[in-house]
Amino acid sequence: MASGIKDKVAILGMGCCRFGERWSDNADVLAVEAFEEALKDASIDVSQIEAAWLGVGFDSMNIGPSGIPLAMALRLPNIAVTKIENYCASGSDAFRGAVYAVASGAVDIALAFGLEKLKDTGYGGLPVRTRGTIYDMIGVVGSAPGFFAQVASAYRAKYGVDKDLLKRAIAHVSVKSHENGEKNPKAHLRKLITEADVINAPLIADPLGLFDCCGVSDGAACAIVSTPEIARSLGKTDLVTVKALAVAVSNGWELQGTGWDGSYFHTTRCAAHAAYKEAGITHPRKQLSLLEVHDCFSITELVTMEDLGVSAEGEAVKDVLNGVFDADGDIPCQIDGGLKCFGHPIGASGLRMIYENYLQILGRAGPRQRQDEPVYGLSHNLGGMPNQNVSAVVIVGREGA
Amino acid sequence: MPGIHAFGGYVPRLRLQRASAYAATGWFAPGLKGLATGERSFCSWDEDANTMGVEAAQDCLASRDRSSVARVILASTSHTFADRQNSTIIKEALNLSDSTAALDISGSKRSATSALIESFYAVEGNAGDTLCIASERSACRPGSEAEYNSGHGAASVLVSKEDGCAKLLGTHSVSIDFVDHFRSSGERFDYSWEPRWVREEGYGKIVVSTIRDALNKLSIDAAEIDYFVLGAPMPKVGESVAKSVGIHPAAVVDGLFGVLGDAGAAQPLILLSHVLERAKPNQMVMLVGFGGGCDVIVLKTTDAISHMRPSSGISGYLKNRAPVDNYVKYLAISGLIELEKGMRAELDQKPILTAHYRERKTVLGLVGGKCSVSGTIQFPKTPISVDQQARTTYTQEDYPLADRRARIVTFTADHLTFTPVPPAYYGNIEFEGGGRLMAEIVDVGEEGLDVGMSLRMVFRIKAIDSRRAFTQYFWKATPDRTSSTTS
Repeated sequence: MASGIKDKVAILGMGCCRFGERWSDNADVLAVEAFEEALKDASIDVSQIEAAWLGVGFDSMNIGPSGIPLAMALRLPNIAVTKIENYCASGSDAFRGAVYAVASGAVDIALAFGLEKLKDTGYGGLPVRTRGTIYDMIGVVGSAPGFFAQVASAYRAKYGVDKDLLKRAIAHVSVKSHENGEKNPKAHLRKLITEADVINAPLIADPLGLFDCCGVSDGAACAIVSTPEIARSLGKTDLVTVKALAVAVSNGWELQGTGWDGSYFHTTRCAAHAAYKEAGITHPRKQLSLLEVHDCFSITELVTMEDLGVSAEGEAVKDVLNGVFDADGDIPCQIDGGLKCFGHPIGASGLRMIYENYLQILGRAGPRQRQDEPVYGLSHNLGGMPNQNVSAVVIVGREGA
Repeated sequence: MPGIHAFGGYVPRLRLQRASAYAATGWFAPGLKGLATGERSFCSWDEDANTMGVEAAQDCLASRDRSSVARVILASTSHTFADRQNSTIIKEALNLSDSTAALDISGSKRSATSALIESFYAVEGNAGDTLCIASERSACRPGSEAEYNSGHGAASVLVSKEDGCAKLLGTHSVSIDFVDHFRSSGERFDYSWEPRWVREEGYGKIVVSTIRDALNKLSIDAAEIDYFVLGAPMPKVGESVAKSVGIHPAAVVDGLFGVLGDAGAAQPLILLSHVLERAKPNQMVMLVGFGGGCDVIVLKTTDAISHMRPSSGISGYLKNRAPVDNYVKYLAISGLIELEKGMRAELDQKPILTAHYRERKTVLGLVGGKCSVSGTIQFPKTPISVDQQARTTYTQEDYPLADRRARIVTFTADHLTFTPVPPAYYGNIEFEGGGRLMAEIVDVGEEGLDVGMSLRMVFRIKAIDSRRAFTQYFWKATPDRTSSTTS
């Protein structure tokens, strides 16, 4: 009987480059910026890394195929580099690969890397791409905001939420993230906005306006992981360990089956359930200190509060408007600015979320540090579309918690 | 005698207000002011002769069992493909058996009447029930007379060996190289000769003498004709021809110039279909096609006409209209000017022909699967059922979804993604009885969309690969305006 990942693997060090429109920097520069920080944090030499996982969302448009681009950028010592593409959840999945490698005992030290050079597209938003031969013949060539905006239509219909009220609630989600991002020197967007700015912004995909959408950024983030014993032998104290790693992938039920009403993320509910069980969390709203969720769009963050069980079903609008998830609320969500303002370099995002939780738990988050000594940080990383997606839930926390 | 057993039609929802065309181009061609009244139909960017042909055929076949259809004929001078059987695309969309014959007919504006004549004689010779479709999406140079006169549309009749609702009395044809207009292969627009000559020598002599010969041949008196159907790209021609041959003026059928325009090869069948909607038993209908000669067909309705109705019919589609008074929008939708599309439009839409063949029932026929064990319905068919409770493998039987109504589960109006007519509406939809699809939703009206709204499926162009000039088709949803359910 599998006993789960809890406390078997510790984070030795993490790094994250400044996210944003890094027009003058190529992918190698972003990768090295994140990696140097992590190596220094871990206090190890590159030769001690025995295996690496690389998450990239749009490899065909930036770094190219395979694990080679990472091995070359970091001049890794001819170790295995496994390339992962799992939509926007690629970063969390890369972390999972590295953590499992250490937990299996196959290697002592592994590297999880997320990297994306998106701003060579020539236009705003995510690149338009093929989704496979059959999808291209019968699917919709829509945009990410268009896919996610549909959640709002279904959520309103299900709970009878007034259109303006929902618009105001999701506006608050963005206003809050901008307040947080403003305090984060590595964030892509660091400007304060008002509720009126959000509500009056141009419509992108009904009901989502410009400020309901996250930034599309260049960036890299990484984690070096090992066992708690090795971490201690390297002089580490106050360990942050992995409590749970769950990835749930749609099998087509939402898209083709019957029963899903379109107002929530089925996979997030599956992944959260598995992660809470693995971490031994029974009351997420009480036990979790921090949330970093996949706020690609404001509506995604709002319904994710329910999918993660921190808001009761149908209660997220109220909780959001009551400031429950603000930086000084009961359970802050996106205290680093989130995808919304920290930015969203696809492959790097899952690792950026873990990075923030890691910093907060260690008390190293600077002006945005949560003062109540965080214990558990949950990160939620989602890729695809509401009806067909990959959802990852990662929980890290103080060793022994 | 062979006869027509069902009839139907289709008119695109978009209607150019001719006054707006004149407001934009009248400075250049002021002589066309007299034509600047009423409206003409035109295709949305995702409609062509094939998609309209499918709509017309669906309208015609309605809920009828399609297994008797042995042949599909498509007449048009605006076939989408010069070499890829267009009628076969329609056969696939209608989910007809592979042992259905298919034939494209073209060459002149009388190709539809010629196709109908061919259908009558073929069924008489035991060719089997023939679905005869005419569809036209003509392109007209901006500021031309044709731009005012033309319209887009399609019609379909089902021809069988017995009398049906309108039996054949006889036909007469002449072939004469009277070139009133022409368009060489690969050319986009017609080149037309002086209308007065066409009216006087063409309609006034060739058509008149062919009708006289037909009446003699069939021993019919002109006064017996109850409906005189002549599609012509100029007003008042029907009236003058009728007068010359002695057909009663009241028998001249309205050419729908004010509400549709002249749909070229399709026009005779559109007008015939429109007439049959209101015809009574034992009425005589004369149908004339003109172009490189002349076809005359005389039909007589039977008692069956009283209860034979298409789903919507030409009348229904004429009522389902979206007026367009923005001439530049008309030009852009019709592909007559190119607006800046942005880089999102650069997505390569290259057709994968191996997959296209393999998945043709899914893509062209919207055929899903129904599990023979659990009854679960899904789209597309897959080796393992999507049913989360009853896992079954290779148990799915073909389950056509194209004629089923659906309802909206989720939706959006996307202003970011590229579409020729923004915003792009799409959402998850669920078919009555089961099965889901994330579908594009087209022809959305000012009332917008809502969760639960009823939809019907329409065969449309999914994408046009401009690099390789390939048109890819798939099914989309549209608000079901035949039903009042919007709960």
